[in-house]
Amino acid sequence: MSNMTVLDPTGYPPKISAKQLAPRLDTLNGRTVYLVDCRFDDSGLFLEQMRAWLAEHLPGVTTVLKPISSVYLVDDPKTWEEIRARGHAAILGVGH
Amino acid sequence: MTLEAKYGVPTVAVHTDKFDKVVRSVAEVSGMPDLAQVFVPQPIMGKTPAQLRAYVDGTDPISGRHVMQEVIDGLTRPRDGGRGAGEYDRSTPRLVEPDSEENLHRLFLERNWTDTLPIVLPTEERVGAMLGGTRRKPDEIVGRMRSTHFREYWQYTVEKVAVNAVMAGARPEYFPVILALAATGVTARGSSSSAVAAMAVVNGPIRREIGMNAGTGAMGPYNHANATIGRAYGLLSQNGQGGSVPGLSYMGNQGNNYAYNSVTFAENEERSPWEPFHVQHGLALSDSAVSVFSGVRSTAFTLGLREKHWREHVGHLLRGMDPHGPPALLLDPIAARQFVDRGGFTKKDALIDWLHDAARMRAGEYWDYQLIQNYIYPRATFGEEPWASKLEAAADEEIPMFRREDIHVIVVGGETNGYWRIMGCNYQTTESVDAWR
Repeated sequence: MSNMTVLDPTGYPPKISAKQLAPRLDTLNGRTVYLVDCRFDDSGLFLEQMRAWLAEHLPGVTTVLKPISSVYLVDDPKTWEEIRARGHAAILGVGH
Repeated sequence: MTLEAKYGVPTVAVHTDKFDKVVRSVAEVSGMPDLAQVFVPQPIMGKTPAQLRAYVDGTDPISGRHVMQEVIDGLTRPRDGGRGAGEYDRSTPRLVEPDSEENLHRLFLERNWTDTLPIVLPTEERVGAMLGGTRRKPDEIVGRMRSTHFREYWQYTVEKVAVNAVMAGARPEYFPVILALAATGVTARGSSSSAVAAMAVVNGPIRREIGMNAGTGAMGPYNHANATIGRAYGLLSQNGQGGSVPGLSYMGNQGNNYAYNSVTFAENEERSPWEPFHVQHGLALSDSAVSVFSGVRSTAFTLGLREKHWREHVGHLLRGMDPHGPPALLLDPIAARQFVDRGGFTKKDALIDWLHDAARMRAGEYWDYQLIQNYIYPRATFGEEPWASKLEAAADEEIPMFRREDIHVIVVGGETNGYWRIMGCNYQTTESVDAWR
């Protein structure tokens, strides 16, 4: 049976631009960690439990539970600026 | 990713375990493969505080490590920081490696390039014939798509759309409609866990020119143009956007049978008492156009409009929809004329006004819907109208379920009876077909 030549149906992906991660902290002790609620499917309730765990096990960590301003589909530079200005690290949740 | 790369804040993202492949893939193509990601069991929704605390105290179902230890490590232990500076090309080839017909069919299936039904292999000759259906150049960029908001856009050319049109079994004379669908940039393979499909409504002279069905069986598997245009829309979406693979780039929990041909049909303009859908959206009666809806999930139906209680019956149907999925009424011409006769809606706008007013529910119930909590409540608290004002309503006050501009009416059907239905879906855009001839 002879071979056939056919065309590839897939589109053209963008190039990947590699990005650097932020430097990690040497310790969480004495630092402020934002727990960022994406406001989807009761994620805030989950982060409250995570916050309680941090209070019990790492009392030297200050935590701030911060819901995003609108829905997760919308960028939230105001919140990101606040975290950069007042916090040292962030935990985002809960992705679904 | 924004917090890490743009704001320089060490971050851990917590996800449910069903999304591990998705989020790792997104991180990879976003240039941050070493992003700290921790997983907890699905679902979060509806769990008690004690159950959620157990997630926190427990182990990551993907890695098997303690959740909080992973969180702490993610914020404090050095990570590789990506693959270093620079860009990485991922270009796709024009041709597939030559092979036997049988092997190529197997390859297309294995690479998830089909809807798993048999396809027509896109040979150069067949694709060339399809390209004869438009004056546009093969290498012209038609548009771009992505399966969900957090994924990257992929682009596609006229030739790529033609390849998918051939695979779907479409004829060259259908190609301008398929190109117009591609040009909308609205994917028919959305990745939402709510298992969405698309809907495509064709208006204008092109309907007759290519033999589309607007009458009996228009939304069923009985017309070659309806069937293959809709199938081509789905295939070009999944391939043009770079995939629609369950667990990786498609997360619809139950799937959606409407996705096989994206509910593609022609409006029955000739038997409608109102102006056609595309004319409502700024085009002329003599123009040909296709309109696309996304988020097609829920359906309600009934027969006709009874003289005594039709208002209540329609109200119940509307309240049966999820308030996050606004209604598009698909009316057989018999039902459309009954709306005129019963309600005096000689203009479609008058009917839409009435539907907006009829679709009400108590504010307390409205705000308690999970999708309203997920997508509308945050916008209301952010001050967006009309939702911000709705927040002021007392719990037992009846408020509109939908925005008026999100309610639509289309006439389709062959008058074998006055059955009609409501599709819960979101109108996106109307694209000229003539521009793609």
